[in-house]
Amino acid sequence: MTAINEWLLDFYWPNAWWLDPLGLILLMLLFIVVLLVMIAFILLFDRKVWAAVQMRRGPNVVGPYGLLQSFADFFKFVLKEVVIPAGANKGVFLLAPLISTTLALGAWVVIPVDQHWVFSDINVGILYIFAISSLGVYGIIMGGWASNSKYPFLGSLRSAAQMVSYEVSIGFVIITVLLTAGSLNLSKIVMAQEGGIQNWYLFSHLLPMAVVFFISALAETNRPPFDLPEAESELVAGFMVEYSSTPYLLFMLSEYVAIVLMCAMMTILFLGGWHPPIEVAPFTWVPGVVWFIIKIWVIFFLFAMAKAIVPRYRYDQLMRIGWKFFLPLSLFWVVLTAGYLLAFDKLP
Amino acid sequence: MLLATIAFYLFSGVLIAAALMVVSARNPVHSVLFLILAFFNAAALFVLLGAEFLAMVLVVVYVGAVAVLFLFVVMMLDIDFVELRQGFLNYVPVGLTIGLVLLAELVILGSAWAVAPAASAGYAHPTPEGVTNTEALGRILYTNYVHVFQGAGMVLLVAMIGAIVLTLRHREGVKRQNVRTQVGRRRAEAVELPKVRPGEGL
Repeated sequence: MTAINEWLLDFYWPNAWWLDPLGLILLMLLFIVVLLVMIAFILLFDRKVWAAVQMRRGPNVVGPYGLLQSFADFFKFVLKEVVIPAGANKGVFLLAPLISTTLALGAWVVIPVDQHWVFSDINVGILYIFAISSLGVYGIIMGGWASNSKYPFLGSLRSAAQMVSYEVSIGFVIITVLLTAGSLNLSKIVMAQEGGIQNWYLFSHLLPMAVVFFISALAETNRPPFDLPEAESELVAGFMVEYSSTPYLLFMLSEYVAIVLMCAMMTILFLGGWHPPIEVAPFTWVPGVVWFIIKIWVIFFLFAMAKAIVPRYRYDQLMRIGWKFFLPLSLFWVVLTAGYLLAFDKLP
Repeated sequence: MLLATIAFYLFSGVLIAAALMVVSARNPVHSVLFLILAFFNAAALFVLLGAEFLAMVLVVVYVGAVAVLFLFVVMMLDIDFVELRQGFLNYVPVGLTIGLVLLAELVILGSAWAVAPAASAGYAHPTPEGVTNTEALGRILYTNYVHVFQGAGMVLLVAMIGAIVLTLRHREGVKRQNVRTQVGRRRAEAVELPKVRPGEGL
């Protein structure tokens, strides 16, 4: 860490602000705004990648190169009328997108974007993320039920089964990582991967687990090729069929926030978080948060490519991969990792 | 700690209100949603006690998995709400008895600590200095109580196998997807190029 970085750390994230509730709230608001602006561009990036794979141009009308497309979409959603179906359970119907968004944004409080740049550096950070992301299913299942309609209900049932199934293997992947790092604290997991690209967990005995985590993250966030809860060819838009305007916007927003959260988790668990790939002069000048964001974008590019080139899985194939392939593999890898660490005396 | 006290009363107040709503809500789906709220507040109380690992496990296991299945079942059931209400008064004496027994036990337990402070030495192992909550739990669970822990695991395994045995049945005449044969197909056996003569068709 160079002097410039230290100065930046102290300037933007002084520890004294922890004692000042107002400063903390302002900092959180700033964080959310930065996150949402990044998500606006990541959404555009997603569509551009998708378009490029299909040899289209993608959104290119609003602003230069279509850069302002997401903001135009935002205003379109917000200014439309909210339609609530007559048979819907009104309270739950409106509560569902709020719960989705709150949970998706709430998980970010424990994400360390740089050394000490974290709102709540709790000891069980990784479990907190796991708990919050497993709650994301409630927004979907409540939205599907409250719509009082066939397609949303089917979509929400599929989604509940899918998310509960893939959480199991994500849990085991997390166990292998925390066995290797020796801590449940996300900052300490990143610190254990310090010292350049060769120390990242991606290039260690955890490589297969990184692949399992990536694919499970696709399923957990209902991304293609596992987007069965909203398979448009069968269920129109799945659990979101009856939603319009701002409630729909909140659902879509929470989906993308959850996706970027999963990219951040990949970065933290396997790609060394805020650490530069090579610990030499020009790379270490760049602030850690910039590395963190670059890594998120790289992972998201993989998410976008998976969406563009992989056809949608059938439901039985999805369940088969989750229960018959990933679960035994990750369980076996937990035992293998523990044995390896013990045998070579590498336990932290 | 004024803030901790306010948080405690807030969480326990919401917890009790949510628990009351679980039994009094008209719609069973609303009951399950209130149950989830109650779980959440219980987890928050664990955090206040400094047991953050238990809090997270409570959320992961009960809110993230068990309550989802609850919600699943309740949503799928076709429930007649009026009929459901009719037997309500019949169950009040039984419910009250169970509640009273639980309350009495809690009072006995709490007053034991007040009457004989020496007894309180037996109920808690304070977390050692410099060791996180999770590590302290693991140290006790995997050393002093390893056999009990393994026994609990075996009970769960037996229950899991039992559930599978009870529900698994193979019916004849049902078309099933066999991924191995699907993936194992070669082009030679799956595709053929017949020669179609004009005006005749196949």
